[in-house]
Amino acid sequence: MSIHEAHGTYTPTSGIGKWIDARMPLPRMMYDSFVAYPVPRNLNYAYTFGGILSLMLVAQILTGVVLAMHYVASTGMAFTSVESIMRDVNHGWLLRYMHANGASFFFVAVYLHMFRGMYYGSYKAPRELLWILGCIIYLLMMATGFMGYVLPWGQMSFWGATVITGFFTAFPLIGEWVQELLLGGYAVGDPTLNRFFSLHYLLPFMIAGVVVLHVWALHVTGQTNPTGIEVKSKTDTVAFTPYATIKDAFAMMVFFAVFAYFIFYLPNFLGHPDNYIEADPLVTPAHIVPEWYFLPFYAMLRAITFNIGPIDSKLGGVLVMFGSIALLFIMPWLDTSKVRSAVYRPWYKLFFWIFAADAIFLGWLGAKPAEGIYTMLAQIATLYYFAFFLIILPVLGLIETPRRLPNSITEAVLARSKKSGAQQVTSGAAASPETRG
Amino acid sequence: MSEETITADETTRRDFIYVASGMLGVVGVAGLAWPFIDQMRPDAAVRAAGQPVDIDISSIEPGAAIIVTWRGKPYFVRRLTETEIGAVTELTDSDLKDPAPAEPRIGGPADEATKDWVVVAANCTHLGCIPKVVDSGADGWNCPCHGSVFDFTGRILRGPAPINLPQPPHVFADASTLTIGTDTV
Amino acid sequence: MSRVAQNYGNRTMKHIIATIGAAAVAMTLVMPGAKAAEEGGEEHTVHYPLQKPVEQDWSFAGPFGKYDKGQLQRGFKVYANVCAACHSLKRVAFRDFHELGYSDEEVDAIAAGYEVQDGPNADGEMFTRPALPTDYFPGPYENTEQAKLANNGAVPPDFSLIAKARGVERGFPLFVFDVFTQYAEGGPDYIYSLLTGYGEEPPAHIEVPDGLYYNPHFVSGSALAMAQPLYGEDVEFDDGTPATIEQEARDVAAFLMWAAEPHLTERKEMGFRVMVFLVLFSVFLYLAKKQVWSRVEH
Repeated sequence: MSIHEAHGTYTPTSGIGKWIDARMPLPRMMYDSFVAYPVPRNLNYAYTFGGILSLMLVAQILTGVVLAMHYVASTGMAFTSVESIMRDVNHGWLLRYMHANGASFFFVAVYLHMFRGMYYGSYKAPRELLWILGCIIYLLMMATGFMGYVLPWGQMSFWGATVITGFFTAFPLIGEWVQELLLGGYAVGDPTLNRFFSLHYLLPFMIAGVVVLHVWALHVTGQTNPTGIEVKSKTDTVAFTPYATIKDAFAMMVFFAVFAYFIFYLPNFLGHPDNYIEADPLVTPAHIVPEWYFLPFYAMLRAITFNIGPIDSKLGGVLVMFGSIALLFIMPWLDTSKVRSAVYRPWYKLFFWIFAADAIFLGWLGAKPAEGIYTMLAQIATLYYFAFFLIILPVLGLIETPRRLPNSITEAVLARSKKSGAQQVTSGAAASPETRG
Repeated sequence: MSEETITADETTRRDFIYVASGMLGVVGVAGLAWPFIDQMRPDAAVRAAGQPVDIDISSIEPGAAIIVTWRGKPYFVRRLTETEIGAVTELTDSDLKDPAPAEPRIGGPADEATKDWVVVAANCTHLGCIPKVVDSGADGWNCPCHGSVFDFTGRILRGPAPINLPQPPHVFADASTLTIGTDTV
Repeated sequence: MSRVAQNYGNRTMKHIIATIGAAAVAMTLVMPGAKAAEEGGEEHTVHYPLQKPVEQDWSFAGPFGKYDKGQLQRGFKVYANVCAACHSLKRVAFRDFHELGYSDEEVDAIAAGYEVQDGPNADGEMFTRPALPTDYFPGPYENTEQAKLANNGAVPPDFSLIAKARGVERGFPLFVFDVFTQYAEGGPDYIYSLLTGYGEEPPAHIEVPDGLYYNPHFVSGSALAMAQPLYGEDVEFDDGTPATIEQEARDVAAFLMWAAEPHLTERKEMGFRVMVFLVLFSVFLYLAKKQVWSRVEH
């Protein structure tokens, strides 16, 4: 089997431990997966976001479940029930702000996690399925976040829902039928709100299920690492506990500190004032904007202001928006490079950082009114987004000259510690790496 | 191996860091858990609605009874006639399923000489139905569901109810106001 | 790949980059021209408010901010005597007023000064009675239609959340600095600026329709349906503070911030304790991490 499966290291010593192990090897599985499991020793902090994401999922589920004890999913009561949580429920304001800002921080972490994957080639063979499962989690997160934002029934909740469900009318023939199916009516209303609440409660548990598959797929292949070369020997790795555990714990605490800063001092910074106005189907807000984590896609949607043959601009925008997400799924096959990590791919590194800037730029554009110079900028930025996946990734792999790769992770680590010189390493460890692990 | 080169000082320092981190972790988890538990306790609106209620009793004549609610539950406020008080005092312990003296159960405003008020829960202590107000001999309440009969002070005389109608905390704030929900003015 | 092919690849690479770079430079030169043409030409998109809100000092701003109860009481007086004629405060209950520093008796008295609807009574009719602390602030109108009728078709918005429902985009780079200065007072700044923003004559090119009043601080246009509500000396403050228009506007804005976010003080106090704990915990975890990893090369 792969080097990443640590068989037979779990030996229960207590009576209960042996009893359970003989009947259901779950503690053994937990031990093999999270204690003895070997991880590359050169993982940097960019690799801690998986753990952070798990923590955020748990946080959202816990805060969500307690909020659901007080929330009422009806158009007449939703807004009031949220205000009752904010004003009267013991610590209700804290739980609500944790949940609302938690959604934003969930997306901060997922974007950093995805960008790490793109930079270090974590999507490349043999981790394609791992990457695709991640894309599925991302899709489920977007659906959950979208439906969750509708629940407080503010102006942005209502009108955002109206705009997004309106996309489906872009599709010829079946568009309106699909829209009415989603809405449960002819416009966003009580049926819509009720089903969004039901699905918003359900989807996170489906996310949890896909996360289990995601971690399973990861444990079959093992983690990538900043060098992009596979683990070759035991000296390349350290045990997950205590090394990765403590590093993840520290990273989680730093992330949590930033999260807490927003909850306590800037709880409405990432939101929109208009959502503190109760939804009114007869009053359209001046600027309808989705939450920040959807802004890049919103910019791409609005960038298509022209018809392409039989495809009108509305349908074109919808296709471009869905297409931009669909491209992620096939990224493993678009990239032709034999080299995994951007550390050794200087041109890819350049285009990657332009892509990152482009994504942020698209996000900024998504909040701007869709007029004047902003339209042209959004079109250019969308062009680069698609060019990155469809042109740069395939072509670069064929013509780029990568830097010389190290022979092993151990070699890379030793080279780096020799260079820095300040590493406190006892002579025993350096002289006989084979005895470790 | 490296363990031999670790001094005793390093061991204590290392242990301190791990123990301190662990303890901070426990404190953190406890602090984080409290709001999740606390949010289930009654919120400010419910607590406010559950404050004692003041009832205007100035228009209730002897022989009359009303039902009021406090904290979502119904209570009888009944003013007894002299005959009814007489019927109550004649009962002995052998007539009662749940013997208790009558006098403490009859109250009234502090500056009134005659005490003729009874305040009891309106849910039958059998299965919770609201008994009917009657005036027949010593019978004060008759529960239609399963036939429990209570006297004018709410003590169970016969029927399946096991105990007397309980009395809520209450106090006569003044001659025309009864406060249910507290024993003090 | 052969060295020839590699060299060719690198040269093509450089070629591509150079072309893109040139295009980018060309665009940067063209763009300002395009922007100027767009602005001076067909679409002159006006952005409201015409004047951004004037930042004020608020006692509740910053990490150690808290409400000034005296200010909140003055602000409540302004609301009750001036604003409540048209604007409801339907999500605030009289019992919440304990937070303003009023005693039980004072809260009962404030509530009793308002009539609320109750019923039906034993005759099957609705009736009015003095409010109790458990009641919510009664609004001036029974329903939206009545409000529209009394106000030229415009509905005066409810004030319970107005301080959080108003905010003006700060733009880049201000919104980045705001994260570090913890600027969260956009709502009160807007309310203050709007209330003190009347009185200017509209410039020649702005036509103010009948029934509307010019105010450059208004977020949705150049003129709004509310006439100037405060002139100074509209109320007399119990604590003797001079009731200038600036004072009244500031106090009522603070009161409205409390109405929208009553738990602000508690939130920031808890935040301090939480941040201290998290920073401390992070330090310990960092030391623990360093300790664990000191055993291996990495």
